[in-house]
Amino acid sequence: MPILELRRITRCFGPLKAADDVSLSIEAGEFFTLLGPSGCGKTTLLRMIAGFDEPDAGELLLDGRPLSGIPPEKRPVHTVFQSYALFPHMSVAQNVAFPLRMAGKPEAEIRRLLAETLELVHLSDKARHFPHELSGGQKQRVALARGLINKPRLLLLDEPLGALDAKLREQMERELVALQREVGITFVFVTHSQQEALALSQRIAVMNEGRVEQVGSPEQIYRIPRNRFVADFIGTINLLPVEVLAATHGRLHLRVAGLGEIIAVPPGESALPVAGEHGHFALRPEQLRVSTHGEVRELHNHFSGTLRDTLYRGDVTVYKVELDNGVMLEALLTNSAPLRAKSFAPGDAVTVGWRHDSGVFLHD
Amino acid sequence: MPLGAGSDKSAAGDRRPSPAPSARPGRIPWLWLASLAVYAFLYVPLAVVVLFSFNDSLLNAQWVGFTTRWYDKLLHDEALLGAAANSVLIALTSASIATVLGTMAGITMQRWPVGVLRALPGLVLTPVAMPEILLGVSLLIFFRQVLDLTLGLFSILIAHISFSIGFVAIIVRARLAGMDESIFEAARDLGASPWRTFRHITLPLILPGIIAGFLMSFTLSIDDFVITFFVAGVGVSTLPLQIYSMIKVAVSPEVNAVSTLLMALTLTLITLASRLAPDLLRRSA
Repeated sequence: MPILELRRITRCFGPLKAADDVSLSIEAGEFFTLLGPSGCGKTTLLRMIAGFDEPDAGELLLDGRPLSGIPPEKRPVHTVFQSYALFPHMSVAQNVAFPLRMAGKPEAEIRRLLAETLELVHLSDKARHFPHELSGGQKQRVALARGLINKPRLLLLDEPLGALDAKLREQMERELVALQREVGITFVFVTHSQQEALALSQRIAVMNEGRVEQVGSPEQIYRIPRNRFVADFIGTINLLPVEVLAATHGRLHLRVAGLGEIIAVPPGESALPVAGEHGHFALRPEQLRVSTHGEVRELHNHFSGTLRDTLYRGDVTVYKVELDNGVMLEALLTNSAPLRAKSFAPGDAVTVGWRHDSGVFLHD
Repeated sequence: MPLGAGSDKSAAGDRRPSPAPSARPGRIPWLWLASLAVYAFLYVPLAVVVLFSFNDSLLNAQWVGFTTRWYDKLLHDEALLGAAANSVLIALTSASIATVLGTMAGITMQRWPVGVLRALPGLVLTPVAMPEILLGVSLLIFFRQVLDLTLGLFSILIAHISFSIGFVAIIVRARLAGMDESIFEAARDLGASPWRTFRHITLPLILPGIIAGFLMSFTLSIDDFVITFFVAGVGVSTLPLQIYSMIKVAVSPEVNAVSTLLMALTLTLITLASRLAPDLLRRSA
């Protein structure tokens, strides 16, 4: 049985549908992420799970029991707020112990759990400090400790890393994953950052305009996006307008307008389109090879074009190539070989190619 | 208002960028003179009152010698003491009640959801902006013609509560406005009922504002003349009314003495209030 089940949840704010017939199941112990652009309804879902909002239609079940009508303080669900929401007049210890005090736990147990939890987030030496004396990362840890100390069934995290700088964020991402494994509590994480979602989650639900577009593991979401929105939102993707010529034996023959035919072997999980269908063929920049020499021509799918732009990023270089039909492709090559970035210059005639099993067909 | 001096200084301290060297008053003599004139205008009359309250002469004309006999005389003036007792009683009671009501109004004003009724809690602020004379007349008419109330301590009390609520509400709301709303949700989320959220989170955080509001109300009540004058009726007097009736005869040094005491009390309370809620008084002024 899933720990949390959302059944056909709909929530409207005037004409705006913040949640539109959303159904999701979250398993116990999972690190589950709601990912989407701002305004896609992910925070509304979180607020309904926490109890600050009620759905207009549909049902929320926690451990199989409906949540409707249960106020936030009676739900075994705690939230880590984006602004951390630490109580400014309480010390770190008082903040973290707050849920236990409200639950009426005996003093001895409070002391024991407090010491344990502060240890867990490496804040034992900050117990007497006040929130305004802490750095962003420390505040973050206090908020986490406070959310975890009373062992909720679910911990909701509302863009908790948004306020941190890039380096600290990466460190907190690692800590967050390690922490979740250690305590075994189900995390429901909300973010608009696809990198965060891919790095942290066991499963991701990609949301757009109140609807869930796709649910899957980070790899599934990245490698086999179900539609153009997901493909566009997660990372960078090249889209070639194509028409399906034939779909047989797990192979797709596609015609790229103005260029020619390509062959694709779609990943096993996706349904094959039918001949005559129009759509887009989606390729990740790192799936493309770029060359001025012959090596790329050995790949069945290759086209010639002109290099228009390069962007040196240190570890990788991004190339923009204009194919002969005018379509721009973005390719990403690692700079593992020395001086590789200098081997092409804008204006060079190049060949772009990719393997059969790269890329997916997306319906329009 | 003597409050101006204190809040001006702190505003200069934390908001304004330091002025260019040439604009510093030290460099321009006439700026010094102008400043001095302003402060003299504000404080010399007050200083004279204080000075002559210690003057050993019945006339407020020239300095004769130091005495505390006017203060001594105060302590034996039955009418004045009675009026002072009334004033303190009214100020304490009205400030207490206004603080409770004003705090509730302030919280509601901050939390009220957007909508048609949004303006409703804000209506408690109207008496703050209303001319006192208007408030006095309207309360008098209301008490006499509508309620048929006998004017006295009770009517003064109600009048004072009604004009104090708005001040408390402004201060409490300003205190809440600077806060992250999500801490109140966080408290609920972490297991606190609405009442315990108020008790453990909201109340401790707005307490300085509540105390400042109480001190403000107390001060407003104890030195209110205009409104009290209308609703006091006959036979009941407060300190400001009593002082007024005393100077109708002559400005005796006794009036100077009682004014000095009232001034000291008011200044102390206002200073306390502005310490507790530095940004708030500036905003409401």
